[in-house]
Amino acid sequence: MKYSYFPGCAMKGAGKAYDFSIKYVTKKIGMELLEIDDWNCCGATAAHSTSADLALGLNARTLALAEAQYPDLEIAVPCAACYSALRSALFSARSSKEKLAKIQDLIEMPYEGKNEVISFLETFSRPDAMKAITENVVKPLGGLKVACYYGCLTSRPAKIAGPDDVENPMQMDDIVALTGAISVDWAFKTECCGGAHHVSYQKGAVPLVDRILRNAQANGAEAIATACPLCCLNLDMRQGELNKKNGTDYNIPIYYFTELLAMSMGATPKEVGVEKHFFPALSLMEKYLVKGGSAV
Amino acid sequence: MEISLNTPAATLAEIGTIVDKAHVELHKCYQCGKCTAGCPMADSMDITPREVIRHLQLGLLAEVLRCEAVWVCASCHTCSARCPNEVDVAHLMEVLRQEAKKRNITPVPDVDKFARIFISNIRSFGKSHEVVLCASYNVWSGHLFQDVMTFPHLVMNKLVFFKPHVVKDKTAVRRIMDKALKGADKA
Repeated sequence: MKYSYFPGCAMKGAGKAYDFSIKYVTKKIGMELLEIDDWNCCGATAAHSTSADLALGLNARTLALAEAQYPDLEIAVPCAACYSALRSALFSARSSKEKLAKIQDLIEMPYEGKNEVISFLETFSRPDAMKAITENVVKPLGGLKVACYYGCLTSRPAKIAGPDDVENPMQMDDIVALTGAISVDWAFKTECCGGAHHVSYQKGAVPLVDRILRNAQANGAEAIATACPLCCLNLDMRQGELNKKNGTDYNIPIYYFTELLAMSMGATPKEVGVEKHFFPALSLMEKYLVKGGSAV
Repeated sequence: MEISLNTPAATLAEIGTIVDKAHVELHKCYQCGKCTAGCPMADSMDITPREVIRHLQLGLLAEVLRCEAVWVCASCHTCSARCPNEVDVAHLMEVLRQEAKKRNITPVPDVDKFARIFISNIRSFGKSHEVVLCASYNVWSGHLFQDVMTFPHLVMNKLVFFKPHVVKDKTAVRRIMDKALKGADKA
């Protein structure tokens, strides 16, 4: 289990708990991550909204660096937006010889489109990883009811994201189940959180988070697990605001799915940044870690 | 609003180029509305995704290029995933956004401003810097105090960094960006 690693910009900032927990879990299960030297931003929605070539160029540079530095490794990507952008560039490179030549010319680097780009839902779903996770769970989160939230870009567009099921993906549910938590059945698994519109078009974006939380609550979820720093931030940051503004009583802490893994493997909340969330996420964890038979 | 369906040949050709770029065949859309039913942003749009396609089928390009819908679209791709006849509505929305921008039509200015700031951020650092990004957006958009209440939490929990992480080879990133944006709207 060895991958080249593209952390993405958010992992150094708002997505720190994702970064910490990925590092904790991968170390525990013996998965090696080698960070691509001098990677650049994927450009996110801004780049592909502006110009297809801009998104292509920015991502192809990173892919070419990975190919040169770690020719035999797949590239593992935690953020759903980076994952989608990098995979789109990879698919373009593989679509035709002409397209590949155009990309090489654009980035002025050798690049052949060799290395696969995968998400952490994929790395942790592989049989050897699942086995290693199971062996390392020492503080099971027995009975914690979790709504697994995939958002858009880990499942759509289907030909780029390659989900196991475009409307009802199960990878995260299966991973989270290894911690002893119970994944609830709910309808908003792959609904959009609003993404970058939470900055640039708030009045339209905030109701999306409201609907997601409402559906999670209606289906008995005590927590939501996410696999994207922006999804996590949006659900997390808006929850308290919505309660204050609309008088809702949402009480659904938002975690990265890797935080749940790390906690069940014996990490202290501080080690993986559980206390960093906007909506208080620490006490629910403590409650379940005690319930599971072991105090924090 | 009075509309004329007497579309000039030049406009029809323009529509053809745009839909080709998006790999969309307009005649494939039979207006079932599934795209709009699943669209999380449809509530906030002036015309729905289905209507965007209908306008193009009727040759009404100018109306589509100045509508808010293509900017309100959050690029979640639900429309494309659920279309029963393989019309890639999300890709079409994206190409329309690029085409509108090329003609300097930005009916939802904040969305465009945010994209421009995001891109200039990458040009400066090669990576995205959240503090610079949100601060410049608030200043430029005039929403000075948007989300400032979240800032103490971000600082206290060390979720923001003030010294930007910068790529080593900034020149390479800039050269790629310049080449890519040649012809397109420079950010």
